Formats: sequence, C-alpha cells, structure tokens
Amino acid sequence: MTEFTPVQSLLGGGLIGLAAVLLMALHGRIAGMTGILAGAFASQGDRGWRLAFLAGAVAAPALLAGLGGLRIAFDSPVPLVMTVLSGLLVGIGVTYSGGCTSGHGVCGMARLSRRSIMATLCFMLTAGLTVYVTRHLVGGM
Amino acid sequence: MALLSALLIGLVFGAGIAVSGMINPAKVLNFFDIAGTWDPSLAFVMGGALMVVIIGYRLVLRHAAPVFDWRFHLPQRRDIDLALLGGSALFGVGWGLAGFCPGGAIPAIGLMRPEPVLFVAAMIAGIAVAKTVQRGSAARSDNEQ
Repeated sequence: MTEFTPVQSLLGGGLIGLAAVLLMALHGRIAGMTGILAGAFASQGDRGWRLAFLAGAVAAPALLAGLGGLRIAFDSPVPLVMTVLSGLLVGIGVTYSGGCTSGHGVCGMARLSRRSIMATLCFMLTAGLTVYVTRHLVGGM
Repeated sequence: MALLSALLIGLVFGAGIAVSGMINPAKVLNFFDIAGTWDPSLAFVMGGALMVVIIGYRLVLRHAAPVFDWRFHLPQRRDIDLALLGGSALFGVGWGLAGFCPGGAIPAIGLMRPEPVLFVAAMIAGIAVAKTVQRGSAARSDNEQ
C-alpha cells in the first residue's frame, strides 16, 4: 500500500512543470529525460547543459533528504531481475518512441502534439495492462 | 551561466520528482493497479505539471528566442508511425514491470539504492542497442536506394 498524497503530488507536479518551462525559456529545450540522457551520451553536440541538468536532478533528492530532512518514500517491490529487464525494455522503447513520461506526457501533451498524445495513451495503456497481468493474472508480486 | 542554470533547473526537476512521489516505484505501480491497491496520486503529478507547462509554454514561446540559445528546439514531426506506437507500447510494458520511468529513475539514483542504478544502467544499454539497430537499418536502406 502507498498513501494517497494529492497535495504533495500536485505540488511536485508543479515543480516538474516549472522545470520544464524554465528549460524552454532559458535553454529552448524540451524537458524530456530520455532526450537529455541520450544526448549526454552522444559523441557530438552540446553535452554540457545536459550533464549539468542530470547532475542537478540526481542531487535534488539527496539534498532534500540529507540537508532538508525530508522523508522520501522509496520501495521497489519487484525482484531485481525484473528491474533490469524493465530497464532494457524502457531503453529500447523510448529510443523508438522518441520520448517518455516527461517528454511526451508533459511537454508534448502541453503543446497538443498529436504524436505525444498518441504515445502517452499507448504507454499508459500498456503499463496498466502489464501491472494487471503481473499482479492479478500470473499471481501476486 | 548556462551550465549553472541547467544545474538549477535539474535540481527543480529532481525536487519535483521526489516531492510528487514519482521517485517511488511502489507508488507508480499502485497508480496502475486500479483492480488492487490503487493510489491515484500520480494523476495529480501529471495534472500539476500540465497546468504549469500549458500556461508557461504559452508565455515563453511568444519570445523570439530563449535566453541561452538562438532558437527554441521544438520537435517538428507530425506523423504517427509504427516506431512511435510500438516504442511507446514497449516503454509502457517496461514501466509497468518495475515502476521506473526515465524521469523518475535518474533522480532516484540520488537516494543511493541499488535498484535505480541497475535500472538506469540497463536502460542505457537498451538505448545503445536500439540506436545501433536503428543505424544499421538506416545504412541498409541507404544501400538499397
């Protein structure tokens, strides 16, 4: 069980949105984690801002928990092998679809991009089906 | 200045992921588990983010250019193709298996737990494999023409 947290979730979502707006206003870039990550590994192109953004994203929870004293709930309830398989599928999937929850789901949908709306519907549907199958059909994890 | 700006924006993004609960795979999985231990919180994450970005992009994109670049880099493609649908479907399956998405997993590395590190390493491997296959098929179709 996890607790229903509408206020924190709305607030956190607002911060994610603020980051996306700032990245567009200052750097002219879509705040898609997949695009930023893939570009950071590319041999050419502007890697500096990407690596700085990633460093900030990784540092934030550590700072909030360490200096801020915020309790950040974290529980990974599936076996590690499932997490690794999941990572492979996510990596392959996002490369073909050109975006994930932040890129298509937030930035693209906010621009009313048809591609992003279709991608978001698609990954929401298959994620829901996958959870239904793994939790209720092949027996609980 | 641009690097410091990107670092600070990354901090805001990561803080949003941590505060919203997107950082927690158990919470993500429960969002999708409507038939079980349903936790609708993540609908509020997306709702909150969308509200800010819909308004914010309108204000920002009125300007000629961003502060640290000479133009806005906006995706131009409009077509719905098999790669978009198949890729996002595959992403959804992976997301549903373990509850990590890229935007949630990378900040989660900061929690110093093994799962996000393994997930991100596997994801980078997946990206590398898919990019290699894409380059291979692009080279083949170039030869055919």
